[in-house]
Amino acid sequence: MLVDIQDLRIAFVSNGTRFEAVRGISLSLDLREKLGIVGESGSGKSLTARALMRLLPKQADVRATKMTFDGIDLLSQSEREMRKIRGGRMGFVLQDPKYSLNPVKTIGTQIAESWRTHKRGNRKEAREAALDLLEQVMIRDPKKVLDAYPHEISGGMGQRAMIAMMLAPDPELLIADEPTSALDASVQAEILRLIDHLVESRGMGLILISHDLPLVSHFCDRVSVMYMGQQMEEIAAADLARAEHPYTRGLLNCMPMLNKPRAILPVLHRDVAWLEEKAQ
Amino acid sequence: MTTMIEASDLGIAFSGTQVVKGVSFDVEPGESFGIVGESGSGKSTVLRALAGLNRDWSGQICFDGNKVGLRRDRTFYTKVQMVFQDPFGSLHPAQTIDRILSEFLLVNGIGDIDGRVNRALAEVALPSSVRFRFPHQLSGGQRQRVAIARALIAEPEVLLLDEPTSALDVSVQAEVLNLLADLRQRLGLTYVMVSHNLAVIAHLCARMGAMQHGIMVEQLTTEALRNDKAVHAHTRELVDLSLSLETVEAAAL
Repeated sequence: MLVDIQDLRIAFVSNGTRFEAVRGISLSLDLREKLGIVGESGSGKSLTARALMRLLPKQADVRATKMTFDGIDLLSQSEREMRKIRGGRMGFVLQDPKYSLNPVKTIGTQIAESWRTHKRGNRKEAREAALDLLEQVMIRDPKKVLDAYPHEISGGMGQRAMIAMMLAPDPELLIADEPTSALDASVQAEILRLIDHLVESRGMGLILISHDLPLVSHFCDRVSVMYMGQQMEEIAAADLARAEHPYTRGLLNCMPMLNKPRAILPVLHRDVAWLEEKAQ
Repeated sequence: MTTMIEASDLGIAFSGTQVVKGVSFDVEPGESFGIVGESGSGKSTVLRALAGLNRDWSGQICFDGNKVGLRRDRTFYTKVQMVFQDPFGSLHPAQTIDRILSEFLLVNGIGDIDGRVNRALAEVALPSSVRFRFPHQLSGGQRQRVAIARALIAEPEVLLLDEPTSALDVSVQAEVLNLLADLRQRLGLTYVMVSHNLAVIAHLCARMGAMQHGIMVEQLTTEALRNDKAVHAHTRELVDLSLSLETVEAAAL
């Protein structure tokens, strides 16, 4: 088992009141498996991913009966040991390349830096590795992009560069947190296809986080649907069409569709019963 | 009835680079016109020129039969209002919703601020309790409703919508799209909406233009689009992509 999370709870305390943002999430993932986590903003999907990478701020109270990565207990690791895993064995692709890339360093330098940190080698080797990685993420003119600054390239290219950076240390797990929501519809599909291809060819595990259920279902084996910090259901992507949970159906139903015009879009009717904690 | 918006041979250049080339289209009163295209196709630039936010354009723009120049007068803004993409960036973070909504009324010396603000909030189905809150205390969907209310408070005839739902969750997007459709019908508004999402445009607009590299390559009705009548290669590409991404839903329903 690559990732095994049991009963994860994340809480924040403010002004003496404790608020539990993630309430008992359990997930598991094997190598070569692709898991989608879908939910609205505030459902706790990004918190779950960040807890797995131990990237949450100190004031976050993270508890779990089990949270392991490749058998390593993540909750008991020191920050120093975490640093070897994070980036090295787990890659994290963020939402917006505009804010996640360093604006004053060239793309090549940033990828080379990521490669050198984990692989150790000289500058020349790092540059060659960066060029090779840019080719792998299918950038047409990798030599030119290598010396470009983030503002000189498009959003789609920036996202490819960020993926290249994450792939540099050959991670076993790739976590992509809304990797395409800052991009155009056509570029979105391209980037997801690229991630899909890389994950398959390298035999990695993938956790794909998004609020777009139909999109995710195209690229994942299983989908976990979250609402207000809880898992509503976990379902094989192929069975999504037969999903029974009203929340899942609501998310599928509320998208405007080209081939099925409707005068009024059905909106989500949130059921209070969904908030009740289910017995583990 | 005169045509509400007439744009002919619109050209826009940024420091020598022509980003919009000879775009022409008409929008009838009460009609909803969509502009679809990828980033960099010039769709938002066209909208900003219509709104008077960009003064470096050539060609001709007429609103309600009147030619507008590079500068717009006050009466223009009582007729035409704009809603922006990002409700996080387009509301003043240090002003209450009340202050944000009354700005237009104060600037134009319009009375009955109290009544108008309350009415605008009711119009977009927000509870009156949000009136004295700050933008950061509201959710993304609520903020976009405030942005729509701010546009409506001028009692405009035309709303220019720049990707009004792309920063929102799909579930909230449905609510905002329903609200926009309802407002247009109730208040008889004319819309020009820009989006990269063809399904969103097709949902709200009866007619649309597809843009690529600064050129409006094709104009057609949504009905024609749905009946596979799109002619231009780029429009067909957009249609195929949109359909391929919604197959799961189609199977689900």
